[in-house]
Amino acid sequence: MQWETVIGLEIHTQLATSSKIFSGAATVFGAEPNTQACLVDLGMPGVLPVLNREAVRLAVMFGTAIGAEIRRRSVFDRKNYFYPDLPKGYQISQLEFPIVGPGEVEIILEDGERRIIGVTRAHLEEDAGKSLHEDFHGMTGIDLNRAGTPLLEIVSEPDMRSAVEAVIYAKKIHQIVRYLGVSDGNMQEGSFRCDANVSVRPLGQEELGTRAELKNINSFRFLERAINYEVERQIELIEEGGRVVQETRLYDSDKDETRSMRSKEEANDYRYFPDPDLLPVELDDAFIEDAVADLPEMPDVRRARFEADFGLSQQDAATLTGSRELADYFETAATIGGDTRLSVNWVMGELSAALNKAGLDIASSPVSAGQFGGLIKRMADNTISGKIAKEVFEAMWSGDGSADEIIDARGLKQITDSGAIEAIVDEVIANSPQQVENYRQADAEKQPKMLGFFVGQVMKASKGKANPQQVNELLREKLSG
Amino acid sequence: MHNNSITQLAEGLRAGDFSSVELTRHYLQRINQLDEGLNSFITITEEQALAQAEAADKKLTAGEGGVLTGIPIAHKDIFCTQGVRTSCGSRMLDNFISPYDATVVERLSDAGVVMLGKTNMDEFAMGSSNETSFYGPVRNPWNLDKVPGGSSGGSAAAVAARLCAAATGTDTGGSIRQPAALCGITGIKPTYGRVSRYGMIAFASSLDQAGPMAASAEDAALMLQAMAGFDQRDSTSMQQPLPDYSATLNESLQGLKVGLPKEYFDEGLDAGVRQSVEQAIEVYTALGAEVREITLPNTGLAVATYYVVAPAECSSNLSRFDGVRGGYRCDNPVDLEDLYKRSRSEGFGEEVKLRILIGAYVLSAGYYDAYYLKAQKLRHLISDDFKQAFEDVDVIMGPASPTTAFGVGEKSDDPVSMYLSDVYTIATNMAGLPGMSIPCAPVGGLPVGLQIIGNYFDEARLLNVAHQFQQQTQWHQQLPEGV
Amino acid sequence: MSFDQSEVEKIAHLARLAVSDDEAQHLTADLSRILDLVAVMEKVDTSGVEAMAHPLHMTQRLRTDEVTETDQRDQNQKIAPATEAGLYLVPRVIE
Repeated sequence: MQWETVIGLEIHTQLATSSKIFSGAATVFGAEPNTQACLVDLGMPGVLPVLNREAVRLAVMFGTAIGAEIRRRSVFDRKNYFYPDLPKGYQISQLEFPIVGPGEVEIILEDGERRIIGVTRAHLEEDAGKSLHEDFHGMTGIDLNRAGTPLLEIVSEPDMRSAVEAVIYAKKIHQIVRYLGVSDGNMQEGSFRCDANVSVRPLGQEELGTRAELKNINSFRFLERAINYEVERQIELIEEGGRVVQETRLYDSDKDETRSMRSKEEANDYRYFPDPDLLPVELDDAFIEDAVADLPEMPDVRRARFEADFGLSQQDAATLTGSRELADYFETAATIGGDTRLSVNWVMGELSAALNKAGLDIASSPVSAGQFGGLIKRMADNTISGKIAKEVFEAMWSGDGSADEIIDARGLKQITDSGAIEAIVDEVIANSPQQVENYRQADAEKQPKMLGFFVGQVMKASKGKANPQQVNELLREKLSG
Repeated sequence: MHNNSITQLAEGLRAGDFSSVELTRHYLQRINQLDEGLNSFITITEEQALAQAEAADKKLTAGEGGVLTGIPIAHKDIFCTQGVRTSCGSRMLDNFISPYDATVVERLSDAGVVMLGKTNMDEFAMGSSNETSFYGPVRNPWNLDKVPGGSSGGSAAAVAARLCAAATGTDTGGSIRQPAALCGITGIKPTYGRVSRYGMIAFASSLDQAGPMAASAEDAALMLQAMAGFDQRDSTSMQQPLPDYSATLNESLQGLKVGLPKEYFDEGLDAGVRQSVEQAIEVYTALGAEVREITLPNTGLAVATYYVVAPAECSSNLSRFDGVRGGYRCDNPVDLEDLYKRSRSEGFGEEVKLRILIGAYVLSAGYYDAYYLKAQKLRHLISDDFKQAFEDVDVIMGPASPTTAFGVGEKSDDPVSMYLSDVYTIATNMAGLPGMSIPCAPVGGLPVGLQIIGNYFDEARLLNVAHQFQQQTQWHQQLPEGV
Repeated sequence: MSFDQSEVEKIAHLARLAVSDDEAQHLTADLSRILDLVAVMEKVDTSGVEAMAHPLHMTQRLRTDEVTETDQRDQNQKIAPATEAGLYLVPRVIE
């Protein structure tokens, strides 16, 4: 039988606020255990929550960016369950009236096909703490620093049909939240977490199969693997006459498998009800206008603009708009440099390689976009050759100054004076009679290759500063003579 | 000294007739002598009280401070007090030393009061007789065989026996007004949102409201002045101007429109209580008030609605008591479930467990709509009754409780009959309205409370209406024998 | 409406309360009586009535995003039953 996979994702992204969603405690990652858990986060008797404006603003930004409905009135509910990392015995979340209503995002599949993925909703909620299972005499340690960190849970429609599609969608959401600055999206630190609802059904069947919810996935690679494993498991199970049960399954990346979470197997009855400590959130036009005022150009729009304005290929435009920082960098460098092709090649080539080697991201590049543009400009106006530019770039990377400063200080300015170049060419020809003889007797098609020797000699004599194009032309002319 | 009003005590302190330390020692001595039989205090904070009194005396000598500076009061043990056990009447919090002060506590401290201690209460404020306390029942100073009412029974008994100049209380379904009525004192439950709930251990968050319990409306006005006002730590705190409650106490009641809901004078009302309340209303007629019968047609639904809404909220509010971060933890838990179940079962008393179960039930899958949602809708109808009524009247009057104080143990085996003792007070909590109880003529040697209900944020009027009555009558000055 | 004992046990588990057989019997009776009291609600037609979760028609106030709390771990953990290395300890959690 042919099977069709159906996937929906629930993405929890931590919002980039300074303080928690309902308290004034800090949200910095990696603090000593429980030093950022205040009375409200600890659920001490008598404490009360007060909603963080910034969390609301960021949710509105996200909703607007995906063209979703922003609910003028949303309500916080309590989701009741007992767990040691949940201090109050309930999580404050939004069930019936989430802040962000239906929206959609477009993804581009590997074969270039465009696909719309529905976003059912996005709601605000508080994060839980962490359980540390290292051995404390057979006990588990609870760190509540993360408790109360604002989360935006972004719930998709079951619109994806393969693990790869799910990854493309997840990356798309990741790109959007980072573009907006709504979240740092750091997956290692748990700022961006995916749960996948996975089911299979016979191809052509309308009705959805029973789904399993996969949790604990903290990278895009694991998301793909976990879904693939789960799909195979479900198909095998059904083909052997079994039935998929609706349950939560944990992805174990060491064993590359999913397994049933025994502790959560019991039928959960979360007894949601409106949190009486919080009032309905009502947003007026001014709030929404204010939130949307700093909305940056979104990646899809920017990609299209890069294609149109800079004449980039879809592939290059997509790569260069991958993150807001990269797109900003490129755009600044290309604008100052005045040469799109050189900018694309150098940002994706020399710069990327250097960043990779140093393990840095574009935001912490030692060469700023402005400086980089200055380098491109000197290549574009033939002040320096590409080869010299590499030397200049290395010096810039080491902090020796701007491209112009380095070119001046080291005397790297390209020799374009034809008289000066001709003198060097003549000298090289005079000093290499044997090679000149060989060249002149060689077949026409072999000559270009043999020209390399002379070019090399001229460049060596000019310390690399002679304009290569002029050198080539002059040599060809004189040698043929 | 203990028969003086707060204003008189404040004058005495300023005149140097006595110091706050002397006044504090006087009350501590009374607690020492009289509370053994009453059990109105859970914790007596003698050392802190004397330190606060000394500080108050310094201020007074320097000519600083306000009317409450140096006045000894008591806090219901539901308010968090930093460094002092805050038990909420429960074994669960018997070892809970609060790391912070409730806003109410902080504000009264800022006003200069001296805290004598923490008063007894029904466990987690769940009860109408003060019999559910882990620290044993409180006795009614008017008759030690009777209950003081609840849940603020300790505060009511302590004020009635003049063991403190005033006390704080909280009211979720009548927990200030009913014990005030049964102990013959003055208590006011302000409008929901008037007094901060921060640091007040939650029972039912959408109903809970703190208020003062005092010997008179005049004293209650001074206390409320210090307790009330906007608090940014409470999302449900109202940003409303705070009137000067003492300034309007003496306004005339000529033309005051008083509504008497016929549903509050039904067959469930004790004949003696009815007579006493009717007599009290005659006093108002004499003061120039226009009295008319009104109807609050959904009154009969209030108790039922309350016993869905309040348990639902409490079942969730009390989930934080899990033996992990503070409070009671069972010995040697074998696993997580054992830790939760034994800590909670051993830490909570019977009534609390019963209400948690009701709450979990009415919110559970398949029952939410029929119970919780239905109750939220009825709450709207109950609330609308008042809205309608206040279009025609300024205040509503009736009994605070259907009977005088009942016997200790009389209703403790029957939760439903206990619940019905709040039949006249619950609806105002559902609507969030302010309500008050003031003493009127006793019946059979036991106090009776006249309930006065006002429109939203109309506390100043309630206090004025109560004060005018107390200018005409002496019921509020009567003291139990031996006090 | 009456409760049966298994239902009481189910809710007790949801609420993480241990209930002995004796207690369960007693609680079943009490809960049934309370549900009888509450049953009066059923008779009222509430179609078209809006649910009321709060007594006042207020909306949520929003807080400025500022860190106002400092580390109070030592004080907060003084009242905790079991801590080590700044962590709260619970019996081992099995996932």
